[in-house]
This record gives sequence, C-alpha cells and structure tokens, in this order.
Amino acid sequence: MTAVIAIEGLEVVFDRFRALKGVSLEVREGESYGLVGESGSGKSTLLRAITGLAPVSSGTITVNGKRLGKTRDKAFYREVQMVFQDPYGSLHPRQTVDRLLQEPLAIHGIADGEKRIERALDEVGLGKGFRFRYAHQLSGGQRQRVAIARALILEPSILLLDEPTSALDASVQAEVLNLLEEVRRRRKLTFLMVSHDLAIITHMCERLMVMQNGEAVETLTASQLIGHRVSADYTRNLLRASEGFVRV
Amino acid sequence: MSDTLLEVDDLRVTFPTRTGLVQAVRGVSFSLGRERLGIVGESGSGKSQTGRAIMGLTPPQAEVSAKKLNLDGIDLLSISPRERRALRGNRIAMILQDPKYSLDPVMSIGRQIVETLRTHEKVSKAEARERALAMLQAVQIRDPARVFDLYPHEVSGGMGQRAMIAMMLIAGPELMIADEPTSALDVTVQLDVLNILDKLVSERGMGLIFISHDLRLVSSFCDRVVVMYAGKVVEQIKASELRDARHPYTRGLLNCMPKIGFERHPLPVLDRKPEWAA
Repeated sequence: MTAVIAIEGLEVVFDRFRALKGVSLEVREGESYGLVGESGSGKSTLLRAITGLAPVSSGTITVNGKRLGKTRDKAFYREVQMVFQDPYGSLHPRQTVDRLLQEPLAIHGIADGEKRIERALDEVGLGKGFRFRYAHQLSGGQRQRVAIARALILEPSILLLDEPTSALDASVQAEVLNLLEEVRRRRKLTFLMVSHDLAIITHMCERLMVMQNGEAVETLTASQLIGHRVSADYTRNLLRASEGFVRV
Repeated sequence: MSDTLLEVDDLRVTFPTRTGLVQAVRGVSFSLGRERLGIVGESGSGKSQTGRAIMGLTPPQAEVSAKKLNLDGIDLLSISPRERRALRGNRIAMILQDPKYSLDPVMSIGRQIVETLRTHEKVSKAEARERALAMLQAVQIRDPARVFDLYPHEVSGGMGQRAMIAMMLIAGPELMIADEPTSALDVTVQLDVLNILDKLVSERGMGLIFISHDLRLVSSFCDRVVVMYAGKVVEQIKASELRDARHPYTRGLLNCMPKIGFERHPLPVLDRKPEWAA
C-alpha cells in the first residue's frame, strides 16, 4: 500500500495565528481516513491546505507521489475534489444543477458532458427531473447530493470531505453517509474526511487522527477507538461526550 | 408530576404563501408541568414553530389558532400584545440556537443581561449589575467581571451560549423554551452547557421545553419526549421508555445514527410513509 497523500510538518499561519503547527499524516491508497477535533483544531484547515485554499507556510504535501507547490494545476483537481460542509452555501444560487455540473467539465475541456452529467446524477440518487432545478428548489440532503455529484463528475481518485453531513438532519445524514460509502466502494476512492462526531468517523473511516489546537493528539484505528484503547485524555473526553448527556 | 404549567390543545400555525396556505403546525396538543419535555423532529416538522407560537414570536403574516394555549391559567391567545410582551422574558424565556446570531453584536454581554432584568423589574443600575454578575457566575463563567464588558464576537460559542442562558434566567422565568440550544457547539462544550441548563432548571423548578433534531440527546436529557412529523405529534413517550417506541418514525430516528461500537453498513434509513403525515 502506497501513500496517496503524504503530509510532513505542515504549518499554516494566518497573520500571527498558527492554525496548523507541524502536522504529519499519511493516507494510503483506497483508505478512508478521518480527522476529528473541536472547532479551531485545524482539521478543516488541513483539508483546505491540500486543495490550495489555505496558505502553507512550511512543510510538504505530496499527492500521488507529486510534491505540491504554491499553486495547483488542473491535473491535480482531476484527482482531488472536495465536498464542503454547508450545502446551502456551496452551490451557486442562480445556476441550475445542470449548469453547476457543466462548470468543472468546461474548465477541464471534457467532451462527453451529457453522459457524465446523467451518470453523476444517477449515481447520487437524483433522477433526471433534478437536472434543471435551482439549489433553492432542493432540500439540504438533495443539495449535498448535488455537491457530491459535482465532485465526482471529474472522476477523481481522492475525495476531501469537510463535515459533509453536519448541516443535515439525522435521518438525511444516514442517507448521505450510505451514498458516500457506496460511491467509495464502486469507484475505489480514497477519502479524507473531517468531522467533529466520533461516531460518524468510526462508522466511515478505518484510521483517524484526533486533533486539538492545530496539533495531532493521536492517531488511532477505528477498532482501537471502539475498544476505548486510546492514550490521550482529550480523546477520552471526546469519547465520553459522544455517549450523550449523563445526569450527574 | 406537578401541576400543569402550560396547556397546548390543537395548536395550528398557518403561513400564507404564493401557492396557498401552508400549515406548519397541524393540531399539536400536550401539557407541561415543572418537568423537562423534549420536542423532536426533522427540519420542517414544525417543532420550532410550536416553540415560537408559545413564545408569541410567530411572524405577523402567519396565523396561530388553538383550542387552548394556556400558561398557568392565562389564555395566551386572547391577551393583548402588550401583555404578551410583558410575559416574554419574564415568565417565558427562550434560548436560541446560535449565540453568534442571537446576541446583539453591538452591545456588551453585561448590558444585554442588565437590559433584560431592568425591562421586567424595577431595580437600580448597581443592583442589576450585581445580579447580572451573579448570574454569569451561576452559568459557570470563571471571570464574570471581565465577560460582563465583552462583546459577543469576543467570546467563544460555548461562552456566548452560557451568556444567553444567564440572560434568559435572570428574570426568573417559569417556562424555558430551548430551541436547539447546543447544536452550534462542539460536543465537549455541549455537555457543559447541558449540565448548567439541567442544574439551573431543576434548582429553580422551571418547566423546560427542549427542541432538537437529536433524539438521542433529547432522550438522555428530558423526562418526556414529543415526536413531531410534518406538523403533527406522532408519538408522546417517556424518555425512559423510548426503547419501546412504537411509531416507525421514532424508531427510524433512533436507529439511523451511527453509534460507536455498532457496525452497520449501510445505515438503516427512514422509509417515509405518506400515512405518517395524514
């Protein structure tokens, strides 16, 4: 198994604030890797640094054996796509689903657009009837399906998922998580997924990293977490919190 | 169970839209003593509109009707807006979801709390300040004097939510409506805030309506749960008996969340039946 994403000593600094303080991790091919932590722990910043949305001040990111520089080329985005947290904010409000899905195809000069759009919509469980609707005519779950379709349409090998279900109802969350698992299996994708919910991460990922204040707290396998074989107090706190409210 | 604090019978909230009338709440009935009641449902189930109707915060274009909407014997629908306003913040209070949006951004936290208190009670400025500081202490803010002068953007989400709880409790309400009070917070902070809320509610003998989409959280926090679907109550059940819930919707909500240590691939999803909404 080779590492498709290898990160070494990654630092991200916004003005004087160090959002990431030398984080290293390795994601293997075909693996689903989770990042957990509270807000401000730097988990989303890590994803954004990979896609080039956050400034890297030191450290290296290697994707598919290629070391990334300051900018990302088109070939990079054909391999790596991202799904954002808020389906209400990540779809253009004045573009139809069709137009939204055309955009990446146009940028990359892909010819068989018609087929790809049909296939992508089909794959995320939205019928043809959704193709000419606007985002405001869709529910939260349907919007997130469109966002996933948009990410899949370039047939990437790596998906970066930033809290893909935290804006959704529990019942819709289950549908979207199932969909993500299904496309991962079918397309043999590699996932790097961020969530604040330990239960979701253990459900979706084989390995995970717990983060706090821009640093890695520990790296675990899902089964270690399920068996409560954790060494850091912070992880233990998170585990306790995920069990729900207990009256003291 | 103690005496009834709030009685809701056949509550309906109707919104006029371009395509006709939309009933957001369709005949909701329940009663509440000095206990913790959870209202659970998905977005669009009418749970928040139910809370808002009790609070009297339904938008003006919408119509609220009910056979009975009584707070401690007062018919909330027949009193004047002025009387309703006097109740709000004084006898009924509401905690909203996100402190980032529900606190006044241009007013210091202390001033907002003092404002609530002085609206409902005749107290001197100095005394109001004292009580606000004591209240901030009660919601476990470590340095009340410092937080008193801070603005909402200068505090974290958890701290902001505590400040909101302080603001809501300062006039000593009998009924507290908490609409998703912890959904915007981190899991670890969530528990702190719930603990504070739990302690204050039981110490003061308030009635609490806890509105949330998270059935598991609600059932661990409340005594009783009302499950809503498409504007209607589909099931009312004691939180301790939730495992024996009969309605498929309630069972579906319980089952669909991933749980640590229970591997289920794929997750069970809700198979919505049209008759649930009937």
